[in-house]
Amino acid sequence: MTDVSANPAANDAIIDTDVVIIGAGPVGLFAVFELGLLDLKCHLVDILDRPGGQCTELYPEKPIYDIPGIPIVTGQELTERLLEQIKPFNAQYHFSEMANALEKLPDGRWQLTTDAGTVLRAPVLVIAAGGGSFVPKRPPIPGIEGYEGKSVFYAVRKMEQFRGRDVLIAGGGDSALDWTLNLAPIAKRLTLVHHRDGFRAAQHSVNRMRELVSEGKIEFQIASVKALHGEDGTLEGVTLAGADKKEWRQEANAFLPFFGLTIKLGPIADFGLNLHENLIPVDTARFESSTPGIFAIGDINTYAGKLKLILSGFHEAALMAQAAFRICRPNEKLRFQYTTSSSALQKKLGVA
Amino acid sequence: MKIFARDRKGVEHTLEGNDGWTVMEALRDAGLPITAECGGACACATCHVYVEEGWFEKLNPASPEELDMLDMALAVEPNSRLACQIQINANTDGIKVTLAPE
Repeated sequence: MTDVSANPAANDAIIDTDVVIIGAGPVGLFAVFELGLLDLKCHLVDILDRPGGQCTELYPEKPIYDIPGIPIVTGQELTERLLEQIKPFNAQYHFSEMANALEKLPDGRWQLTTDAGTVLRAPVLVIAAGGGSFVPKRPPIPGIEGYEGKSVFYAVRKMEQFRGRDVLIAGGGDSALDWTLNLAPIAKRLTLVHHRDGFRAAQHSVNRMRELVSEGKIEFQIASVKALHGEDGTLEGVTLAGADKKEWRQEANAFLPFFGLTIKLGPIADFGLNLHENLIPVDTARFESSTPGIFAIGDINTYAGKLKLILSGFHEAALMAQAAFRICRPNEKLRFQYTTSSSALQKKLGVA
Repeated sequence: MKIFARDRKGVEHTLEGNDGWTVMEALRDAGLPITAECGGACACATCHVYVEEGWFEKLNPASPEELDMLDMALAVEPNSRLACQIQINANTDGIKVTLAPE
């Protein structure tokens, strides 16, 4: 965190708002509601391509039983209901963007830059990032970092990049199967490796993959990748090991591991915040971090008695909003009202 | 009920487990470094452990759901299980597990 002046050259790309929220999971979404009741406008940044956070990424179909007043709801449904609830407040979303860098502006506001170059400025930053950013799982193969971007890829951006290459794909999910099918006609040779002869992918993809194997167009091996061979990031071959631990070497110059996503704290670790075991300590009156103007709500914060429950995050969002209002509107008086009785709030919600 | 857990540095830990809890909960409450991101919903594969020979065979076989999740785990071996799916009970008293790499 450094004090720098804003770059005037990029001014037209800069977005000014009241509150920037990192994370569009259930708690980040509900924060929009609580802030919206106080007329505070929000922009949300999330590395995923859709709202919901863990609810939609990890367990969209799993029932949740401890949301007050909703006896049973899936992660997907809860997300949809929250989106409906916050619709009147017209929050702006920046999906598939990672909150990358934070600076304090001379006027006291915060400036957040994403990896896509979006620049957001606000007096209040709310970190509702759960466990951090969802990032591709990196297989525990020694030295794999050195090949990333040149020979090892966790996503396919341009298929042409793999034309004529000797491609090795690892994994047994939809991504592994889909890219096996899509790259098969382009690659010089393609091998799919998986630790078992079973897949958690769409059945028609699995069937098609098996057809390609029997037609001799691709190879499938029950194995796992143990070592990478090559120099300066250019892959030449891999060591595979079968279930019987027998190892062999195979040529390959592109390796695509697809083992889903995991959560890493990511750039938030470099925001200069006080961290305790990758969590942000907050006070329980405002849910503000030790840095004024930066709040942390939901799974990412810690305090005496903290429970990582969605409902706790909702409570934290409500108290945070009161404190955020005093920062964003220092000259206005905060009027505490109930949605049940306040026609002003009902107007904001579009029901009056 | 005892659980013997080897961490990623090879250090052995003896944990006290409660009947009816899961091995993931015992590992987590003992402060061992497992992520257990989804909190035991069999939805993330971040409580992946290797179960020592002899004990592996004693466990109820993995459900199709657990096998699907293990596909998303790294460095899966024939004795891989998700700790959130292993119940602590008389049958598993003394079980030996090793944390899989993250």
